[in-house]
Amino acid sequence: MTRTPDSRQLAQIKAALFLVCLLPLARLGWAAYTDDFGPNPVEFIQRWTGTWTFNLLLITLCVTPLRTMTEWHWLIRLRRMLGLFCFFYASLHFLSFIGFDHAFEITEIARDIAKRPFVTVGFAAFILLVPLALTSNQWAIRKLGGRKWQELHRNIYLISILACVHYFWLVKATALLWPLAYSAAVALLLGWRVRERRRKAIPVPRFATAKPVKFFKQKPE
Amino acid sequence: MLIRHPLDIPPSEITDPARYAARRKFIQTLLLAGGAGALGVARGNPPAATPGASLGKLQSSPFSLTDDKATPFKSVTSYGNFYEFGPDKESPARHAHRLRTRPWSITVDGEVKTAKTFAIEDILNWAPLEERIYRMRCVEGWSAVIPWVGFPFSELLKRVEPTGNARFVEFWSLADPEQMPFVRLPLLDWPYVEALRLDEARHPLTILAVGMYGETMPKQNGAPLRLVIPWKYGFKGAKSIVRIRFVEKQPATAWTKAGPDEYGFYSNVNPDVPHKRWSQSHERRLGEFFKRKTLPFNGYAEQVAGLYAGMDLRKYF
Repeated sequence: MTRTPDSRQLAQIKAALFLVCLLPLARLGWAAYTDDFGPNPVEFIQRWTGTWTFNLLLITLCVTPLRTMTEWHWLIRLRRMLGLFCFFYASLHFLSFIGFDHAFEITEIARDIAKRPFVTVGFAAFILLVPLALTSNQWAIRKLGGRKWQELHRNIYLISILACVHYFWLVKATALLWPLAYSAAVALLLGWRVRERRRKAIPVPRFATAKPVKFFKQKPE
Repeated sequence: MLIRHPLDIPPSEITDPARYAARRKFIQTLLLAGGAGALGVARGNPPAATPGASLGKLQSSPFSLTDDKATPFKSVTSYGNFYEFGPDKESPARHAHRLRTRPWSITVDGEVKTAKTFAIEDILNWAPLEERIYRMRCVEGWSAVIPWVGFPFSELLKRVEPTGNARFVEFWSLADPEQMPFVRLPLLDWPYVEALRLDEARHPLTILAVGMYGETMPKQNGAPLRLVIPWKYGFKGAKSIVRIRFVEKQPATAWTKAGPDEYGFYSNVNPDVPHKRWSQSHERRLGEFFKRKTLPFNGYAEQVAGLYAGMDLRKYF
């Protein structure tokens, strides 16, 4: 079952994935073209970009568990693109916030980030995403070294928790179903990692019957 | 040689474009602003039992906005809050078809000489219907311009006699789980009760609306009769009213009970008093991309600020 695609096939898979990841953007383009953003256009755009940021975050977090379970190790080679698309939609989400809500006025933006807790948390998550996007290239990995790079990129776990808090905090108390569902997905994906870590940390037990090698104090006669 | 073709229509019969345009404008004014008043027509209003039925000729009102463009009908009917039909903005349009608006009656009781029950058919004939083009500002930060159809609340006061104890008026919405599925959930303390101080209710801007956009009230907007107080946040305008009760003490209202530090009894639109979780300084008109400044008392300060003279509006938010 562990058939690995060759480099040509992988390039095709990547191209297809790239196009699929552009679909949410195409939906916005279509709405703009047909002038049909619904009654509250900005709310629609902000929800849409926010939802797809979160979706891509979850999909990115699925790569490692899926790879472990299926042993399709080539899946790891799709992760960067998924992560970058997550950042892309997060950027659109952030842009729609600073642009539509505050017409790019820095003081207004700063005040809003300080005033509304859900904005504060969302902003923190976005700021934490930036270094991950910047170090997503081969050169940065080499420069940082694998271990350091991995440590930095573990921030994605914190970001996913912040994303849950951001979501919970922005909805009405009467509409908790979706944030709950997303948080459950995050809990599942992070929980799996904790379990994996524990599993790998357990030392291999010694054979109960094994005896240490005995050395003679004296040279036998 | 000039050959003259005989014209099918003599020039004298062709309408002058200017006149033609003026005629169109006249008809539009008649339809939109309600030319009934200008024509002195104030006969009985049509029965209009079904939402979407024309309410006929309407009187125009000096309280109507003249410069603001009405929000598209589709936006106002597909986006809004009516928790009895669900907590999302889209829920009312999806579920409100279950509401039965006939037969319908409204009981007026409490601090009145005699409690009375009025059938909606009679209420519709209380007064000539007026069109009131008002701003509507939701506490959540979005707004609209809606041409309501209705009559001043004071018309009710001509038909019941509040006692000397009456200082507040409660407006009770229907809470029937058969028709309103979300009344089964404890989203709010049902039934939805809103209230005004008696002088606020008496104010000529306060209307009982039975329609909008020249038609009977759509179910999702509070058919068959709802309250509209344009200088307050939208949630103060109780929908689908079944009971109006005059009381002595300031009542606890639905949203104040749900969040006393977030939703005050007065809930006058005020850009300077932020909601606990967000600023109220700006609002977004439905359909618009950029925000606009929110006006004190939603732009009706000139008419209503006097009601609150000497009151600390930060305390009585």
